Order: sequence, then C-alpha cells, then structure tokens
Amino acid sequence: MNFEEYAAKPILAAAGINVPESILVHDADAAATAATELGRVVVKAQVPTGKRGKAGGIQLANSADEARTHAENILGMTIATHVVEKVLVEQCSDIAREFYAAVLNDPTTKGPVVMFSTEGGMDIEEIAAETPEKLRKAAVDIRKGFSLDGARELVDGLPLDGAEEGIAETLVKLFDAYCANDAELLEVNPLVLTGDGIVIALDCKFSLDDSGIKRQQEIAPRGTPDKLTELEIRGEDLGIKYIELDGDVAVLANGAGLTMTTMDVVRHHGGNPANFCEIGGEAYTKGTEALKMVLDKPGVKSLVVNFCGAFARCDVMMEGLLNAWDELKPDLPVFYSIAGTGDEVAIKMLKDRMDMDPMPNMDAACKAAVDAAKGSAS
Amino acid sequence: MRIVRREHKVLVQGITGKQGTFWTERMQEYGTNITGGVNPKKAGTEHCGVPVYASAKDAMADGGFDATVMFIPPLGVKDAAMDAIEAGAKTIVCLTEHIPVQDVMYFMAAAKERGTSFIGPNTAGTVTLDECFLGFMPAFNDRIFKKGNVGVMSRSGSLATLMCQNIVSAGYGQTAFLGIGGDPVIGTTTRDAVEALDVFEGTEAIVMVGEIGGSMEEDAAEYVAGMDKPVIAFIAGGAAPPGKKMGHAGAIVMGDKGTYASKKKALEAAGVNVLATPSHVGDALKEVL
Repeated sequence: MNFEEYAAKPILAAAGINVPESILVHDADAAATAATELGRVVVKAQVPTGKRGKAGGIQLANSADEARTHAENILGMTIATHVVEKVLVEQCSDIAREFYAAVLNDPTTKGPVVMFSTEGGMDIEEIAAETPEKLRKAAVDIRKGFSLDGARELVDGLPLDGAEEGIAETLVKLFDAYCANDAELLEVNPLVLTGDGIVIALDCKFSLDDSGIKRQQEIAPRGTPDKLTELEIRGEDLGIKYIELDGDVAVLANGAGLTMTTMDVVRHHGGNPANFCEIGGEAYTKGTEALKMVLDKPGVKSLVVNFCGAFARCDVMMEGLLNAWDELKPDLPVFYSIAGTGDEVAIKMLKDRMDMDPMPNMDAACKAAVDAAKGSAS
Repeated sequence: MRIVRREHKVLVQGITGKQGTFWTERMQEYGTNITGGVNPKKAGTEHCGVPVYASAKDAMADGGFDATVMFIPPLGVKDAAMDAIEAGAKTIVCLTEHIPVQDVMYFMAAAKERGTSFIGPNTAGTVTLDECFLGFMPAFNDRIFKKGNVGVMSRSGSLATLMCQNIVSAGYGQTAFLGIGGDPVIGTTTRDAVEALDVFEGTEAIVMVGEIGGSMEEDAAEYVAGMDKPVIAFIAGGAAPPGKKMGHAGAIVMGDKGTYASKKKALEAAGVNVLATPSHVGDALKEVL
C-alpha cells in the first residue's frame, strides 16, 4: 500500500529526520490561511503518483494570495488519472544541494539496500541510466541494521559540501524508519542541504508491505488504498483475489499461476478474459461467493472453470460452485477442466448434478469458452 | 540446494493443526521419513505416530532431523524459521503465504550464514518421485506424478500440478519436482532449482514453469545456456495487465521489468523451447526425449 507525501512525511519526522513545516488543505481559502501562517510556501498536489511537478502540480507562492490562486488551479487537476482533491501547503526551503536517498527490498540480495546519489530531483531510473557512477548502494543485513559507520562509508569521498555527517545520520534514521514501518520502499527525493547546512527531506515516497499491514495498524489507515472497482472491493471483503478486466470470458480457477495461465490460454485462443479470480490456498472453500462474483460482471458471455487441486481440493471447490449454480441457475455456457486432489469426486458431482463432463484438458475448456463467447460454439 | 531423499529425517513444524495433520498423514503414506513434529503446547505427546517437541532445537537434540516443513501462520514463521535454522536444519520448506517481507529477509540472512537450504516461502513444496514429498503437492496421484526422467520446477503449485498432469498423460514422468514459491523474496531461485534438477540422477530434460515479475527466469537463462539437457519452459502471465499483483506478490510487471517478452527472449536465446500453452508440453518432450 502506497502513502502520499502528506501521509509519508510524518513517518520520517517520527524517526527524527527533518521535514519542512506543512499543512494539508482541501480548498483554496484554507491554502491562503496556511500560507499566512507559514510564510513563503510551496503548494503541492497530493496524489498517489509521481511526476507531479512536470504536470504543474507543484507551485511556489510568495504570498497568501498566490497560494490561493495556485491551490485553485491545482485542486481539480487530473494527474495521471488521479483528480487532485487535496494540497499540501509547505514552508519553502532554501535549497543549496539536492540529493537522492532510499531504502528498499532487494529480491537479488534478499535483503534491504540503502541507496544514495548526489543527483537528487531526477527519478531513480534516470539516475541509474544516466549517472550510474554517482549512485551508491549498500546491501544491509537486516539482522544487524545499518550503522553510522556503514552510512559514512556509503557516502565516503562524495562532494557533499561538509554535510557528510548530517547525511550519514539521516541515512541511518531512514533505515530505522524503514524497519519500524514494514516498508518495502522508503524514498526521499530530493533530500536537500539548505543554505545554512541543514539536511531536510523535501519529498517522501513510502510503500508499506501488504503482508505487514496486520501489524502496522497505527499507520495503515493513512495509506491510499488501490483504486478498486465495486467487484474488486467485494472480492477483497470476501478474501478472494479478484481483478476485473475488460473481456467477456469469465475465468474461475485455483492458485495464482493457474489462474494467470487460464487467462493466457483464453487469450491464446483469441478470446478476452473478463477477470482474474482465484480461490486457491485458504480460499478454496469459497466457491459459492466466487462464482456469484464472476457472474455479476456485466457482459460476461461464457465461463471457464479450471481446477487443479493440490492444497485446494477440487471436490470442495466444486461443491461450493455447484451450490451457487443451483441457486442462480445462470443461462451461460460453462466449460470445466478438473485435475488433482479430489478430482474424481468433483467430476462425479458435476455428472450427478449438472449432467456434464469436464473437457479433456484446459486448452479445450478455454477454447470452447472463447468460441461460445463469440457465438460460434463448436 | 539439496533435494530431499527418502532416507532424510523430516520434521513437521505445526504438525498438530488441521492442515499439518492432514498433510503429515499424506506425506507418511507416500514414504516421507517423518521423525517428529513441533508444537510447544503439546510437547511430550505423540501425533501421527511421531513425538511432538517444544522446538526444532529439542527435536535436533533428541532424534535429530535433516529437513523441516512448516505449517505455520504468517506472523509465526520468523520464530519458527529461526528455531529451525539455529537447530541446524539442512533444508527448510516454507509453505506460508503473506509473511512480512522484512521477516523473510531476516531469516533468509540467517539461513545463508548457516548454509541452510531454504525453499519458499509461499511454495506448495517438493516431490522426490517414489521417495518422499514435503508440503501439499498431490504426489500420491498417479495421473499427476509418475517416476520418469523429467525434472520440473515451478513458482506456482497449481500450475505445476497441471503441467505435471500433462507430462504424465503424454507418457512421461518426473524425477523430482521443486516448487520455489510465488513471493518476491524467496530462498531457492529458479536458477538454483534448475541447477539442482540438472545434476539430479535420472533427469534427462527439465520443465521450467515461470511467471511474470522479477528477473529469476532471465538469471536462470544464463545457466541454461551452458546446459546439455533440453529445457522446456512455460511463463504464466502473458495476458496480465501491468502494475497489478496477479495473486502472487512476486507476479507483477513494473514498467519494463519482469515482462513476459523479456523472459521469453532471454530463455529462447539460451535455447529453451518456450511453450504457448501448458498443453504443448507433451509434444515438446517428444521432440527431445
């Protein structure tokens, strides 16, 4: 789960990292009032995406009136599909140097990596592509943490205008904030050195590990949930992974890999999947709810059910699904592929209750569903 | 990494739970040499015919064990894994999904230091044909698993089940199956699994089941390029929209990273036959075996 700037910066502040004073507002008058209190300010759009500056979502205001005007312009603006509904009015900083700092999970080293560059302000892909020699990285053993000596070593020899110690201390605090908050990414860009020698975080991107939400209940409510459709929200409430897509062949399978593959094979045979819906793992008892959900998507013309039992038992999944089918009696062509744990019982249930046999394999089931959706059942 | 054999002693952490019990019984029936279980609250009792210990350390001190398989909820895994690593487990199979990644990185660092072979998290486990299995793959279903000469590895359990069924129905069988898990940070990588299968006795071809996200397939391609045995691959998620986690936390395309096209290109450059659908695996095996 991602946190917008206004929600991420308090996490830095709590770890002892300097951040500018700021006030979050939802209308232009409040922006003017905030500017009166803070002096020279920057008005910043709060949306869960980068590139706000390039889109015109960050403006400098020398007076309260200017702050009001900027807020009027920015509020309601659309930045990468997000409509701006709130702005952060932030005290202006005297920027002498801009740096880049981040801590993130690295699947390659299987541990956290601390990154620092003297080229702040650009995004990390640009830094890595254009000035890789200026990007310093340190792989950290999370059991031991990131020491001040480690941070000093990371920035050693870089031209930092006397801010070496301040930056090293900030990097250590950044690492501690990363650990304390189950971050998968904690990025400060730019990390600024002011004219009077203070190291201060001007922006912050924080991404909380979804698997850490359970034990981060204090901060989690401040995160920005993913934009979900009504059906996706229903799936989340039911504990079923459901992603709505724009096709007309409904897909119901167990396990992430098998469900993705079912979508791939539908596409391979010239069809368009209507959804990703999987009831593998602990969700395998939820066949009834899952079937209702995939059928509730408007415009669905056929359904492919692909069960390959391992932990998830085919018979249990089939029982749930057939119960929903009996209740709804949908007028929809459906094709099954069934294999693995509990398959014999599941196939017998299908025969007894729907007088149907599964297709010989998944390709046949997907192809039949695609043909049915196109109205040319073969 | 090491492939677990029938003579290896296996511990089950979380043996007394519903799933722990069900799968321990299945593993025992298949031939897995289960010598003990762990549940601190039921230490000193017996379950599924084996002693229950308070910790993996106690199990090691008493009868000893080589490998452990964990049926443990997400927030309990860190302690259980550290217990097993400190006890001296040679192999750990971790089935649990949704473990906080920082916990995973913590015990992964410890496992690396001790030389522990860590499989998972979020895996369905491993099968060594006609010897043993660890986890919850349907090793006992002879339409899915049959002794043969194909080594199989996968990031997904359900898709591997389908692939293994296709292999058996085409008249072939497996030497071993290694499920490595669907998380972004995992102990045994695609490359580690391919290397282990390559040198495993009886393997004459390898089937690699990958997914979009990360760069493990690309990394494995470097090793495959130098292999003599044929490798056949299927990569799931070609039809998945970018920026969405497709059920597995590791299966996500970000920008141009982890795409289907990148993986297909790297594997084909290494001489791998990348299948359009899993149903083609039988024909692909016929060409090379």
